[in-house]
Amino acid sequence: MRLKGKAHKFGDDINTDYIISGKYKFKTLDMSELARHVMEDLDPDFYKKIRPGDFIVAGRNFGCGSSREQAPLAIKHAGISAVIAGSFARIFYRNAINTGLPVIECDTSAIEPGDELEVDLEAGVLGNHTRNTEIRITPLPPVMLKILNDGGLVAHFRKYGGFHLD
Amino acid sequence: MGQTIIEKILSRKSGRKVQAGDIVVAKVDFVMGQDGTSPLAINAFREMGGRALFNPSRVALVIDHSAPSPTESVSNLHKLMRDFARETGCRLYDVGDGVCHQLMLESGVVGPGFLVIGADSHTCTYGALNAFATGVGSTDLAAAMISGQMWFKVPPTLKFVCHGELPPGVYSKDLILHLIGRVTADGATYMAVEFTGEAIRALSMEGRFTIANMAVEMGAKAGLMEADEKTMGWLARYTRREFAPAAPDPDAVYERVVEIDAAALEPQVARPHRVDNVVPLSEVGGLPVDEAVLGTCTNGRLEDLATAAAILRGRRVAPSVRFIVAPASRRVYLEALRDGTLETLVQAGAAVVTPGCGPCVGTHNGVPADGERVISTANRNFKGRMGNRNAEIYLASPASVAAAAVTGEITDPREFLK
Repeated sequence: MRLKGKAHKFGDDINTDYIISGKYKFKTLDMSELARHVMEDLDPDFYKKIRPGDFIVAGRNFGCGSSREQAPLAIKHAGISAVIAGSFARIFYRNAINTGLPVIECDTSAIEPGDELEVDLEAGVLGNHTRNTEIRITPLPPVMLKILNDGGLVAHFRKYGGFHLD
Repeated sequence: MGQTIIEKILSRKSGRKVQAGDIVVAKVDFVMGQDGTSPLAINAFREMGGRALFNPSRVALVIDHSAPSPTESVSNLHKLMRDFARETGCRLYDVGDGVCHQLMLESGVVGPGFLVIGADSHTCTYGALNAFATGVGSTDLAAAMISGQMWFKVPPTLKFVCHGELPPGVYSKDLILHLIGRVTADGATYMAVEFTGEAIRALSMEGRFTIANMAVEMGAKAGLMEADEKTMGWLARYTRREFAPAAPDPDAVYERVVEIDAAALEPQVARPHRVDNVVPLSEVGGLPVDEAVLGTCTNGRLEDLATAAAILRGRRVAPSVRFIVAPASRRVYLEALRDGTLETLVQAGAAVVTPGCGPCVGTHNGVPADGERVISTANRNFKGRMGNRNAEIYLASPASVAAAAVTGEITDPREFLK
């Protein structure tokens, strides 16, 4: 899987309330409506700045807080192709893979807002075209790569009728 | 090689001896979802081709996050859950029954050695009962509803040894806030946590639930405790089931051990907008508050309400403060009615709302205004958490919240215990 887009940079410990506020997520299952409010409490205009394929780039512990799957879904439906962070909170990490949103763990300290990035998930490399640098990414555990390659956990279950992770 | 609590439980549930780092597919004993996560899970269940639950008596849906419904769109999602429960035969806890985690604890479906998943991050609360209980998202929930299984990477364990006993006026909430401040919001990411030591053993089960509840605020997958006579005594009030506790081996291997002296603690608060932004309460004493919230899955149990009532007895809530009380469940509500606790709180000026999560998650029942400051017994103080990004939330113990409700400013509760 190869992904290409521009970096939108956020800090450490971005929690799921910031990704999609509780006041919206309880109201609807319409993800394109929720997507309009993604990261709203941190940047009210964020949704308007996204071009399809862009990346959210963050520091440590991205997605901490609640178990709401609306968080990766709202990001995905806003047009973001992947989240790149120093580390992820575990429930968000699972939810992202289950819903087919690639999550990429690597050192993000040298990525600046607006940098043009290209990710090769199989090769495990993130290229920063703006700065002419390459960053190694932490490979996904094989189990997660399998679920992601199946298109998420729903598709995995449709294919196998249950967990088939060996 | 010896095993930690979580290695033991996952070994039993997967049928082979496992250690940290192994990937397992394990059998789950119980599965729970709430109204913020179940509707998506029901969609995923259908998309996966699910027709029946693996065992309807081991699945519960709880309507607690926006209950009673504040809008028609929420009402429609609640109806989706009720229809699904009727169709599949799973348990349904409806408006007024209480917060999902309190209901799981009270209904006897969770006990020592069990593996429980819940589509709510504070599912880790049941770790105080020596169960491996963890939060998952809606798609994982749907997969477990169909298969009765879940996959896990066996986590390494961080052990907290809490020496000494908490001094009067200092509570389990102060202890867990202090521990989170010490290791930070991602100090236990991808790890299980074990809480042990004299200070933990001395706590009531209610106090222990508060601690396990907040394990996720340091990133932990589970917050576990050993089962002792208090655990078994507490369980006997709710179920006649037999349980097989999982105790850690003396030679279990830990990723890290953190020791603290609980006897030296003073009341703590988490300042805005991070749960790990913890300082002694004395550092922020005197800050005016506009709203005080007592309740939630962290601190809405009878002991919490009684602690607050002891401070409010014969006193009045300050005119500048709205004091909102949400008992954690119908059972807690009834017990607090019968023993006079609620009468004390209401007489002092409390507004009692339906048992549920509303004030904590910003859905209704106490959204603060711009520029306002809230002190709450909840577990999260993120910007906008209570529904307004221009408000501030301080997290504290029930005693500290009650003290602030009386004085109208952040106040050391020990001043009321002299």
